[in-house]
Amino acid sequence: MTKLSNALFNRLVIAIPYIWLIIFFMVPFFIVLRISFSQTAIAMPPYLPVFSLSDGWQGFWDNIGQLSFDNYIWLTEDALYINAYISSLTIAFISTCLTLLIGYPIAYGMARAPTSIRPTLLMLVILPFWTSFLIRVYAWIAILKPEGFLNQFLQAIGIIDDPLIILNTNIAVYIGIVYSYLPFMVLPLYSTLEKMDESLIEAAGDLGCPPLKAFWTITFPLSLPGVIAGFLLVFIPTVGEFVIPDLLGGSSTLMIGKTLWTEFNANRDWPVSAAVAIILLLVLVIPIAIFQNAQAKAAQQ
Amino acid sequence: MKSLGSIRRSFAPWNDSSAKPYISFKNVTKRFGDFTAVDDLSLDIYNREFFALLGASGCGKSTLLRMLAGFETPTSGQIILDGQDLSQTPPYRRPVNMMFQSYALFPHMTVEKNIGFGLKQDGMPKDQIAYRVAQMLKLVKLEKFASRKPHQLSGGQRQRVALARSLAKQPKVLLLDEPLGALDKKLREETQFELMDLQQDLGLTFVVVTHDQEEAMTMADRIAVMSAGKVVQVATPAEIYEAPNSRFVADFIGDVNIFDGNVVSSEGGKTQIAVSEDLTIVAEQNGSGPASGAAAFAIRPEKVRIAREAPANPGFNAVKGEIWDIGYLGDMTIYIVKLASGQTVRASRLNASRELENPIGYDEEVWVSFDDNAGVVLKD
Ligand SMILES: Nc1ncnc2c1ncn2[C@@H]1O[C@H](COP(=O)(O)OP(=O)(O)OP(=O)(O)O)[C@@H](O)[C@H]1O
Ligand SMILES: [Mg+2]
Repeated sequence: MTKLSNALFNRLVIAIPYIWLIIFFMVPFFIVLRISFSQTAIAMPPYLPVFSLSDGWQGFWDNIGQLSFDNYIWLTEDALYINAYISSLTIAFISTCLTLLIGYPIAYGMARAPTSIRPTLLMLVILPFWTSFLIRVYAWIAILKPEGFLNQFLQAIGIIDDPLIILNTNIAVYIGIVYSYLPFMVLPLYSTLEKMDESLIEAAGDLGCPPLKAFWTITFPLSLPGVIAGFLLVFIPTVGEFVIPDLLGGSSTLMIGKTLWTEFNANRDWPVSAAVAIILLLVLVIPIAIFQNAQAKAAQQ
Repeated sequence: MKSLGSIRRSFAPWNDSSAKPYISFKNVTKRFGDFTAVDDLSLDIYNREFFALLGASGCGKSTLLRMLAGFETPTSGQIILDGQDLSQTPPYRRPVNMMFQSYALFPHMTVEKNIGFGLKQDGMPKDQIAYRVAQMLKLVKLEKFASRKPHQLSGGQRQRVALARSLAKQPKVLLLDEPLGALDKKLREETQFELMDLQQDLGLTFVVVTHDQEEAMTMADRIAVMSAGKVVQVATPAEIYEAPNSRFVADFIGDVNIFDGNVVSSEGGKTQIAVSEDLTIVAEQNGSGPASGAAAFAIRPEKVRIAREAPANPGFNAVKGEIWDIGYLGDMTIYIVKLASGQTVRASRLNASRELENPIGYDEEVWVSFDDNAGVVLKD
C-alpha cells in the first residue's frame, strides 16, 4: 500500500457522507423545491410544467419561464398557513420543554447510577422502540379516552367524578409527543452527563458551594451541549409531526404536518404542499444554522 | 527567598504532651466493597503543621484526604477537626480546601473565574475577589493566562491553577494531593519553597500527598509513611531517614543496604548480629531492634566507607569485597561492592577533592566498613 492509495482511501471515507447527503437529501430537496414553483394541474403528475428531455433546449427554457412564486404568495395570503406554522412551533416548543423537564432528571439519575446497572437503564430507555410507534400512539387513545384506563383509575380512587376530557385536545398531543420523543432527549443528555467528571462537583462543594447551587453553576452549564442536542432532536421532528396530532389531537389542533397532509392527499395540491414543506424547512434550518455558526465562532475564541 | 527561620526549628508540638492535635483520625477504616483502602488508621496532625503523606501508589493517601475533605465517609472510626467530629459536616461547610489530584478545574470557566470561585461562594465583594485572584495568579506565575480556559493550558499550568484555586480561600487546613507532580524540576523547587513560606506566613495547616520523598523531606515538618492503608511510621524527615522503624520505611525512603542475620548478643548497649562467615555487625541498640533471633541491619550508602587498606578490626563492621559497578554523579560517586557472600553493598562517596589520579576502579578489592552508630537494627 502506498501513500497515494491511503490518501485516496481517506478521501473516499470523507466522501461517503457527502454522497449520501446528495442522493438522499439534496436531490429530493430540489425535486420538492421545483414542484413548489409549479402550478397544480389535473394530470399525472398533478402539476405543470413537466420537464422532459424530448422538449429540447427551447422547451426547457419555456418550462423555466412557467415556474413562479405563486404558491408562496398564496401561503402568505391565507391566515390558515401562518396560524398552522405558529401553532406547530408553539406546540413543538412547549412539548420539547416538557420533554427536557422530564428527561433531564431521568438522564441525571442514570448518569449517577452505579456503573453496573447503567447499561440496563439505557436498555429500558430504548425499550419502547421495540414496539411500533403507531401502536404505542394508539395505546394512548385507549388510556386517555373518556372511558379509558386513566379516567377509570381516577374515578376508582375517587379523585374525579366525571371523566376528564383529554383525548382530542392539545394536552393529549403534548402527552403523546413527550412520551414518544423522550428517548431522543434522554440519550444525548445522558451521554454528556455521564462523561462529566464527578470531581468537579466535589471541587465546587469543597470551595463552599452547596449541592443545588453546584448543579446550576457547574453541572447544568456543562451539560448544555446535551441539552441543545436533545432539544433539536425533539423539536425539529415535532414541528412537522403528523401522526400524534392526527390521532390524539382534536379538530382545533392545528399543526403544519396535518395541513400538509390535507393539501397533499385531500386537495391533491402538490405544489402548495411542496411550498409548505420548503417553508417549514427554512423555518427550521435558518435559525439553527445561525445558532451553530455563532457557537462555532464562540468556540474558536 | 525568606529564611525558614528559628520558629520552624522549635516547632514540635507532637513532642509536647499538652498540645492538642488539630486534626485527629481515630481508628478510621474505609472499605470499597470488600477492599480495604484505609485500615484502622489513627493519626494526629497539629495546628500549623506541614504534614506529608508518603507512600506507594494505591496505598490510600488520596482516600485519606478525601475523607478529611468530606467526599468519602469512613466505614468506621472518627475524624476530629479542631475538637469537632466531622461526620455530620458536609464538604461545603468544612473549613478545609483541597487541591485535587486530577485538578478538577471547571472547564467552562476562565482561569480567573476558577480561582475566584471559592471566594465568590463566600460572598466576597467583587473588587476584593479581583485583588485576591491577582495575588494568586502572581504566586503561581500565571498572570498572562488569567482569561484562558483550562483546556488552553499545559498540564503544569493547570496544576498551578488548581493550586491557586485551593489556596485562594486561605482555609485553616489545606489538603494538597500531589500538588507539584506535573511541574519541571526548577519550578517545582521554587514552588516548594513558596508553599512553605505561604504556610508559615498565613499560619495554615497543610497536608500534602506526594510520591516524591525528596519533596516530602524538603517541605514537611513530619512525614507519615503509608503502606496498604496503614501508617507505618510518623516522624520528622530526619528521624524517618536516620531511624526508620521498619524494613519497609528504610527501603522506601532513600537508598539503603540491608544485612540480614541473627542476633548473637545484646548487651552493654550494643547488639551483635552474625551476618556471614566474614562479617559480624556490632551496632548501637535502638528502639526497633530485637534482642534475639533474626534481625536486619540497615545502613545508608553515604555511611559506608570503602578503602584499599584493611581497617583495624576486620570481620567486625568491616568486610572485603570487589568493586562491581561505579556510578559517577559529579558531586559524588556511587560504588557497588560485591561481597564474598554474594550480597552487594552500595557506598557513596562525596567527591570532595578533584582526585583524578589513582581512583578506585572496577574489579579492585576493597574493604567496606562502617561505624557502630551508622545504621539501625530492625526486626527481620
Ligand atoms: N471509589 C472507589 N471504589 C473502589 N476502590 C477505590 C475507590 N477509590 C479508591 N479505591 C481503591 O483504594 C485504593 C487507594 O486509593 P487511593 O486513591 O487512596 O490511592 P493513592 O494512595 O492516592 O494512590 P496514588 O498515589 O496512585 O494516587 C486503591 O487501591 C484504589 O483502587
Ligand atoms: Mg492519589
